[in-house]
Amino acid sequence: MTTTPAADGDELFALHTLRLNINGEQRRIQVHAWTTLLDMLREQLQLTGSKKGCDHGQCGACTVLLDGKRINSCLTLAVMHDGAELTTIEGVADGEALHPLQRAFIKHDAFQCGYCTPGQICSALAMAGENHAHSRADIREQMSGNLCRCGAYNNILDAIEDALPACRGELETSAPALGKRGSAA
Amino acid sequence: MSPFSYARPTAVQEAVQLAGPHARFIAGGTNLIDLMKENVERPQRLIDITGLPLHEVADTVDGGLLIGALVSNSDLAWHPRVQHDYPLLAQAILAGASPQLRNMATTGGNLLQRTRCLYFYDTATPCNKREPGSGCSARQGLNRNHAILGASEHCIATHPSDMCVALAALQAQVHVAGPQGARQIAFADFHRLPGDQPQRDNVLADNELITAIELPAEGFAAHSHYLKVRDRESYAFALVSVAAALDIDGHVIRQARIALGGVAHKPWRNPDAEAVLIGKPATAANFRLAADLLLDGADGQGRNNFKIPLARQAVVRALTDAAQAMEAA
Repeated sequence: MTTTPAADGDELFALHTLRLNINGEQRRIQVHAWTTLLDMLREQLQLTGSKKGCDHGQCGACTVLLDGKRINSCLTLAVMHDGAELTTIEGVADGEALHPLQRAFIKHDAFQCGYCTPGQICSALAMAGENHAHSRADIREQMSGNLCRCGAYNNILDAIEDALPACRGELETSAPALGKRGSAA
Repeated sequence: MSPFSYARPTAVQEAVQLAGPHARFIAGGTNLIDLMKENVERPQRLIDITGLPLHEVADTVDGGLLIGALVSNSDLAWHPRVQHDYPLLAQAILAGASPQLRNMATTGGNLLQRTRCLYFYDTATPCNKREPGSGCSARQGLNRNHAILGASEHCIATHPSDMCVALAALQAQVHVAGPQGARQIAFADFHRLPGDQPQRDNVLADNELITAIELPAEGFAAHSHYLKVRDRESYAFALVSVAAALDIDGHVIRQARIALGGVAHKPWRNPDAEAVLIGKPATAANFRLAADLLLDGADGQGRNNFKIPLARQAVVRALTDAAQAMEAA
């Protein structure tokens, strides 16, 4: 990471240059120290799939995968993640081919307004890799960080339960990129 | 958020040299960033400690565990030795927050999270913890979540952590580094009661950094239970929580640990409540004696009076579950 002082030399307003791999693409971006990862994605990179619901880490609409682990992107500073690998909802499909989780959300009508959906899908994708959800009750508990104000929980649960085997199959057979999403300690 | 400068040291001594009253260490950031958004915290400098070599979990020579301050809550909860030897700690961690937050939050940071008292967060209201001398809005306000033990006229806030309740019961040691070198603090001495200085949550100096948490070998794996009572099934702070751990020889209790969360400015223990169980059988009647001693002196603020009988019953249930833990497993 390189740091460029502000024109008047005030270190508070310095710009920090980061290199990030976002959805498989190498990006170089300048941020202020106080820019959250979510604001960087939405405001600077126009990756507006990750939503700002509460901006306090309570709703999960901003969930992304950072080095394979699901996090709330509203509660972390971009400057702390130079060199990291990020997956947002924009990187979940394989081109035009939807991810099994995306297909399942459509099949089970797992949303009404859709605002929480990107966070729900990113969260479920990471949960599959963690491999601690072995029952419907486990899924409910481990998806508790993603709120849905429309109350589509039953269908969300159906969709995730339906897609989990396919997600796990994909994790086993594929791709270093997906394989890295596992976060079991 | 107010502007701040940013530093990313790579050595512990470098980090503590950068510290001071207007600087804050940041790692997981799950509480600090939120407080900065609300202007409760306005540090002039953030010291990003995620580049320090404090990410390891290692066995100690005496059979315990040394947990680096930067180990995430998730990694710690699912660590094989924690799952096997310290299930009380694993249960407590997994009872807190959400998977996303647990992936971000660190072991050291968990100890340093601030109260979730509404008035501490609301900068338009008086709060002695946020603005010493301004008054306590919670005493006459919405105090359903507030302390029933160890509070003062200046502050009735509670410590929000689940993990710390288990660490108190397990008698962990907090390893700390400062400009003058390293020291260790017994867990019971780490957090403070509010007294007339509620702005101080713990005994750390501004320039001291938590480097590790050490667990003794005794993890009470056979007979422990973390019980969390909250307003909804998941992803909510405790109204009352109990970390209960027993060492049982046949039918007789050899050693007991009971820590309460959600009821005080720190995880609450009382040696008398634990001593009364030694040499006695694990019965509900004896557990009720322990609960009465642990709740001795409890005092409600009105809206939180319900916590007193709730805590008493939760202690009995947690001890009962702990006593049966091995049979059930």
